[in-house]
Order: sequence, then structure tokens, then C-alpha cells
Amino acid sequence: MGILEAVRLALATLVTQKLKSAFTLLGVCIGVMFLIAVVSIVEGMGRYMERDLVGKLIGVNVFEVRRAPSINIGDVDPAVWEEYRRRPRLFEDDVAPVVEAMPAGTRWSVYSADVLSVDSRYSRPRRTTVYAVDGEYFEIRNLGVARGRRFAPQEITNGDNVIILGVDLVERLFPGLDPVGRTLRIGGVPYTVVGIAEPQGSAFGISFDNFAIAPYRAPVHRLLNRQPRVIDAIQVQAMNETQLTEAMELARTVMRTRHKLRPGQPDNFSLQTNDTALEFWNRLKGYLVLAGIALPAIGLVVGAIVIMNIMLVAVAERTREIGVRKALGARRRDILSQFLVEAATLSTVGAGIGIGLGYALAQAIAAFTPLPTSVAPWSVAVAVALGAGVGVVSGVYPASRAARLDPVAALRQE
Amino acid sequence: MADAALGVTAERQAVVAAAGAAPSPEWVIVTRGLTRSYDMGGEIVRALRGVDIAVRRNEYVAIMGPSGSGKSTLMNLIGCLDTPNEGEYWLNGQLVSTMSDDALARVRNKEIGFVFQTFNLLPRASALHNVELPLVYAGLPAAERRRKAEDALRRVQLDHRMHHKPNELSGGQRQRVAIARALVNDPSILLADEPTGNLDSQTSSEIMKVFESLSQQGQTVIMVTHEPDIAAHARRIIVLRDGVVASDEKQNQFAARLQATGAGH
Repeated sequence: MGILEAVRLALATLVTQKLKSAFTLLGVCIGVMFLIAVVSIVEGMGRYMERDLVGKLIGVNVFEVRRAPSINIGDVDPAVWEEYRRRPRLFEDDVAPVVEAMPAGTRWSVYSADVLSVDSRYSRPRRTTVYAVDGEYFEIRNLGVARGRRFAPQEITNGDNVIILGVDLVERLFPGLDPVGRTLRIGGVPYTVVGIAEPQGSAFGISFDNFAIAPYRAPVHRLLNRQPRVIDAIQVQAMNETQLTEAMELARTVMRTRHKLRPGQPDNFSLQTNDTALEFWNRLKGYLVLAGIALPAIGLVVGAIVIMNIMLVAVAERTREIGVRKALGARRRDILSQFLVEAATLSTVGAGIGIGLGYALAQAIAAFTPLPTSVAPWSVAVAVALGAGVGVVSGVYPASRAARLDPVAALRQE
Repeated sequence: MADAALGVTAERQAVVAAAGAAPSPEWVIVTRGLTRSYDMGGEIVRALRGVDIAVRRNEYVAIMGPSGSGKSTLMNLIGCLDTPNEGEYWLNGQLVSTMSDDALARVRNKEIGFVFQTFNLLPRASALHNVELPLVYAGLPAAERRRKAEDALRRVQLDHRMHHKPNELSGGQRQRVAIARALVNDPSILLADEPTGNLDSQTSSEIMKVFESLSQQGQTVIMVTHEPDIAAHARRIIVLRDGVVASDEKQNQFAARLQATGAGH
């Protein structure tokens, strides 16, 4: 008997026993639904991480020279922390040599940042991340200004008391007012608001719009690093990946020379790219995918047990049919494949419905929660394979019982 | 027992006596010393105690006997649903008594057409599909299956109801579907087990007419029954008692003997 014949037979059985089939399908259906939905959340978050979030932390083809990495993956060994702590700081004097060594076409910027208290006449003091920046900071971060203007070159050079705010901070410090041209104070020093940055959105409930940016030479930079002339990072943006590698090696050489490192001594500074941030995400993703597999696996195991039970009942109920089929010339393998295919078809249909429901669930999650979702094609393929696999595995025992039935006894069955 | 042997011709006896030798092609069934015992919870029940039968091609044979005589066991053996403990069973020139399960399935498919008392049609399948079933297991392509199944239904005058399900057919029509299914593979023997047991007398005689006409077309028919008037349609009647052949006679001899003793079954 051909496999198509068997599938057709299985579908016919399924159609005639709708209710029983529906219950049989439920376990696999739910398992697959959650598989698709959970994987879609993981995938959606992954895309979001790779495209948007990481881009906001560190842009594409950008590296940062830092004393120690700002993004750390997993539990960092106390000895490593200790080593970071002993490293020399990054100084304003490091900027020029690094920047001069960079290939043509690269951009650079410098920043220091910390959370400080900011106040205006219209609000109580608010805490926000304050950046002091030099170079092409806005270009590298791809940060546009929605209202007002960017810093004029001479404002950056002079270190004028001007400031650009994120939209969240605007609402808090200047509720209902146009902030451009108004004054706020940081550490008692007044700054004039010249612009409002474009909204950056949020991820997982954390806003990216709560910040204030001032020129590096403005007085605020003394509040960001307590030691004089210390900076947080030099950022360099290359034109492409090849140039990025080249620029990083050049920066490494400059920094090693400045830190007087001998060949063989490890770097006592860090070059951080968005790979570091992505690596963090990839590791997190590994755990999420595991969870995304463990949860549906429970559903599938339950589904498998239900299918096995239903198939055992089906074999008992259809003993006479099996007897007739054997009398008409069905061999063991014909009966075996009939019941195996029936179980596999049932469970694949369940998986199919589960894929549909999972897709719908993913859409619903995307629509009603802040979690981005994206159904992964591979998860659909896995779901179909799992569906058929669960059916075959749970069908083996009932099917082999059916195949071994003695035709005489089976025909005698009422 | 002595008078029972009267019906058995010398030729038939010779075929049965030649143990181990393949019978000549005119003999479609030859059994030699067929025994079958069952273990019923420690107690050995000897259902058949050495059955010797030889059936020619185109014969129309009824196997009779009271319940417990072993006729169901014999039917199962002849139908290759079961294998004997001892003895030989030659079907259409093949020694089937030592065959494996799968080989027996093949023989059932090619050589035997079953007709059951309870019809045993698949309830969810149409008449046509039921008739196609043996051809499915024979591995025929769909188009050929359909053509052959339609032919078989035509032979039992049911071609106008081939798309009906069994529960949309009368008892007689269901049994005719079963007969079509039995014939569809051109079997060596048509093996009917109480074919009229679930039918009223008028429908029974219709079914008997179908058997009669098949027999006249050259089909070998073996029918197991406990009803003498149904058995009377056969040309030859074998009576089993206590697991052995009690008599094996032509229909007219059987009738005459019944008349003489005045005792029915």
C-alpha cells in the first residue's frame, strides 16, 4: 500500500471522527503553537537587538577606545574586574594621537557620560544621563535634532554653556513649554537649551530619550569624571568593515605605544564594537531559545501520550477492521504503516493548526505588548518535522500491536 | 464411519494418501492429516484430528457439521488465516501449511476470496472502495483497481450502487458487495463462512443464486454452513464431526442418505 493511499485513509478517518481527532490534536497543536510563538518572540527581539538597540549603543562600523568594556557578558571574574580597575585611564591627550592615526574617511568623537541631577525653574530636579561630547558625535550616533539646532562649531570649540535634550527630559523639565532658548542648571551652572533630539524610542520599558548632551569643553565635563582630563571613550566610525579592522589595528598600535606596552604584554585598554553587544545578546538568545524549546516540548510530550492512547483505543476499536484487512491480504507492514501514517498525519495536522495559531499568537503579542515578534521560517519547518515525528514515535507501539494481531482472533472480535 | 467412505472416490483417496507430493494441477485444495489443537487455559482442545480433503477445480463444496465439530477451524486453515499443528495443506499447487505470516497474507490476497456471515465491509468506505481493498494490498495502480472493482460489482449486479456506503445498502446488497470483493482478485477459491447466516430466506436464496451462477462460470466455491438447505445448493457435501471428516458425498447421495435415516442436522 502506497504512502499516499495511507495518508488519504488517515485523513478520511480524521474527518469521520472529528471530535476525537480534535482532542488528539490538541497536545501537539498547543506545543507547536508555543514553539512558534516563543521562537517568534526570540527572533523578533533578536532582529530588534541587531538592527535597532545595538545600533543605539554602538553604531555599525564603529569602535570605541575605552579603559574597560562597558558591555560585559555574563559573570565577569573578580580577577578580571581587578585588572580593569588597575588599567590606566583614558585621557584627553590620547585623543589627538589616535585621531591622527586614523585612515582618511573615518569620523571620530569623544564623550564622557554620567547620571547627574538637572533642574529648571519649572520642575523639581531630575536625574538624567549627561554627555559631554566632542567631534562628530551626532553624526556617528546618527542622532538628529527635531527642534532647534545642533551645536555650532565654535560652541564646541569654546565649550559654551549650551545643551541638547532628549524628549523625555524635555517633558519633565519644561512641562507644556517650548524649551528652546530656556535655561536649565547642572551643578548650579546654567545652560541654554538649543535643540531637542529626535525621539529614540524605548526597549523593554527603558527609554532612550532621557539624556542631555553638552559640548565637551563646557564646565559639566568636570562633573562626569572626577579626575581631571579623563574621558570615557574615543569613538571612531569607519566607512566599511575592512576599514574598521584597519582603523582598530592602528588605534591599538597608538594606544600600546602611549601605554608603553612591550610586545607580548596584553592590552591594558579595550576596543569595543557592536559585536561585543551582539555577543551579549546572542548568549541571552541561547537561553531564550532553550526555554522556547523546553516549554513546547512539554506540550509535545503530552501530545505524544494522548496520541498513543487514542491510537491504542483505535486499534482496539478497529480490531475487526484489522482482521478483515489481513484476511484480504494486508501484511504486517501494511497494517503497521497504516496506523503509523494515521498517527503521523493526525499529529502533522495538529502541528499545522498549531503553526497557524502560533502565527496568530505572535501577531497578537506584537500588537498588544511591547515585545517585537517575527515568525522564523526554520521554526515552522521544525514544527512540521516535530509534528510528524511525535506522531510516528507515539504511533509505533499501537501500530505494532495492530500489526501483530492474529487474523482469526481479530475477525472473531465483536 | 464406514458408509462415509463410500462417497470418497478412489482417485481422491490416492491424492490425499500421497503425503509430501505436490498434487496435480486439477486439485485446488488437498489437505493431508490436518490437525489443529488449542491451549484453552491449560486444557488442550483438539479441534481437528487429521482432516483429509481433496477438492478439484470448479467444485462447489459445502462443509457442514454441528458446533464444535471443527468446521470453523477448518475454514480458518483453508482460508490461510491459521496454520495447522501437523499435516499438509496444498492450495493451488503451493504448500501453504509451512508458510510465514507475510507469505500467507500474499496467498490470502491472490488465492482466496472471503465471504463472511457478517459481511465485514469497512463501514466508512463506499462499496467501490471496499471492493478495491484487496487490489490495494495487491499493489495495483488506482485506475486499474477502479476498473476491476467496477467489473466485479457489475458481476453481482451492484454497479448502480457502487458509491453507496454499507449502511446505505440492504443486507443482500452488502453480501453482494462482499462477494464482489471476494471475486475481484480472481481467487482460486471463493470461501464463504455462513454466507446467509444474517439474511432472511428470500435474500438467502438470491445469494445462493449468485453462488450458483459463479460456480457455473467455473469458480471453485467452498461454503461452510450448518444449515442443510443451504448446503443442499452445493454439489458436494463434507460433514465434519469431532474434528474428522464424517462423510464426503455428492449432493444427491447426501440427500438420499438423509431421506433414508430420516434424521436432519
